[in-house]
Amino acid sequence: MIVLGIETSCDETSVAILKDNDIMVNLISSQLLHQEYGGVVPEFASREHMRLLLCLTQKALDQSSISLNNIDAIAVTRGPGLMGALLVGLSFGKGLSYALNIPFLAVNHIEGHIMANFLSRDSGLNFPFLCLLVSGGHTQIVNVKDFGDYDILGRSVDDAAGEAFDKAARILNLGYPGGPAIDEFSKNGDPTFHYFPRAKVKRSRTDFSFSGLKTSMLYLVKQKGQEWAQGNLPDLCASYQEAIVDMLRTNTFLMAKEKNINTLVIAGGVAANSRLRRVFSKEAKNLGIRIFFPSPEYCTDNAAMIARTGLEMIKHKITSSLNVSAVPNLPLN
Amino acid sequence: MLDLVTHSAEETRKFGKKLSKCLKAGDVVALVGELASGKTTLIKGICEGLDVKNQVESPTFTLMNEYSGKYSIYHVDCYREWRLEEWLKLGINEYLYGKGVTLIEWADRLDEALPNGTTHIFLNQEIEDENCRYIAIDARDEIEKCISLMGFGNLR
Repeated sequence: MIVLGIETSCDETSVAILKDNDIMVNLISSQLLHQEYGGVVPEFASREHMRLLLCLTQKALDQSSISLNNIDAIAVTRGPGLMGALLVGLSFGKGLSYALNIPFLAVNHIEGHIMANFLSRDSGLNFPFLCLLVSGGHTQIVNVKDFGDYDILGRSVDDAAGEAFDKAARILNLGYPGGPAIDEFSKNGDPTFHYFPRAKVKRSRTDFSFSGLKTSMLYLVKQKGQEWAQGNLPDLCASYQEAIVDMLRTNTFLMAKEKNINTLVIAGGVAANSRLRRVFSKEAKNLGIRIFFPSPEYCTDNAAMIARTGLEMIKHKITSSLNVSAVPNLPLN
Repeated sequence: MLDLVTHSAEETRKFGKKLSKCLKAGDVVALVGELASGKTTLIKGICEGLDVKNQVESPTFTLMNEYSGKYSIYHVDCYREWRLEEWLKLGINEYLYGKGVTLIEWADRLDEALPNGTTHIFLNQEIEDENCRYIAIDARDEIEKCISLMGFGNLR
């Protein structure tokens, strides 16, 4: 079974080819060499998806030595995402599916992030599990009971965790993207240097609020001055990072215990954070919970996870009609 | 121009909820203010007032969130993508001149593209009291009048 995956929900144009459970190729536009595509690869814009999609598909076929006629199904992100961007991928995928007369699979982007965890070979991961999806755009705790059976137990009510990293990095003049910079500085810092308040959400024990955290950082830096902040960068970063990781840890493990789930998966770009990995691994070990971190290449937006979800849909005898439309606010369940 | 001060995030949200009652289909609200000045909080209030049931989250990374309420609501964030030409390529005009209500954070980046009749909201925080927000509103007469009739703001 060979599935061609297409992802164009936001910034990235991505094309992947999955053969059974092996990724033959997973191309992401931001990783392309600039000179190959006439100098600049802009980060965003749906018209760029259009321009890049054809190049990427051809390149994916060439690199994997697979011809279009060998493709068994086309899997494309349907939502959530930007309408204009989603439509490009969806229309392209429908066209291919119609022309090749093969099944068309419309995939939920968030479900793709969850299914990305099955891409690592011999991961030994099985349903059910608890998934913490933590990225720039999303922060959710999902009870993954089975394929297609999801329960969102908690989510951010304002900023995503990745955004909290990024905006603090801006306050501290660390550039963009900010997450990796804060992680790096934190390695030589004292996480107890400053206590950033861990916000609780009213009437919920499992939702997150990260918006107040950046405000705390802003006022701290305004009060003490940027010079002071620059002089204490490692300690400030470590303290801030500790607050985020602490909030994620508290709610996630609370849910794991309450729902009696002994397998935990961390998905999304923030899963690459080294402190998060250490803290979560330690707590999981103490509680006898198995923990999985997907490979970093499948943590950010990519088409491999869309193809993998498509494969699972086929296994469950689910296909989509060519009439499905893009849904910018598509819910997970 | 209207000026007002809110004293907590809760008050900012409540003001947004009231303000929403002055908006109608096709309206664009452009919010300008630094990090942590209350843009998302105000938008949460507006969405609440427009009967949005979806979770209103910051679209900083997703660039735009869509909600359904009394109208289709488009929550746009130009923090990460600040180039006007990229937004035009993304089709921002379809939202700015569409039938829903479009709420834009970091809207100064789109200044040249904003339609006449856009409601401009400027938010400022003061270092003396970290909970206070100074809010200035520059909108069509009917909207300014509607807001002041609700007991908010001092007409300049």
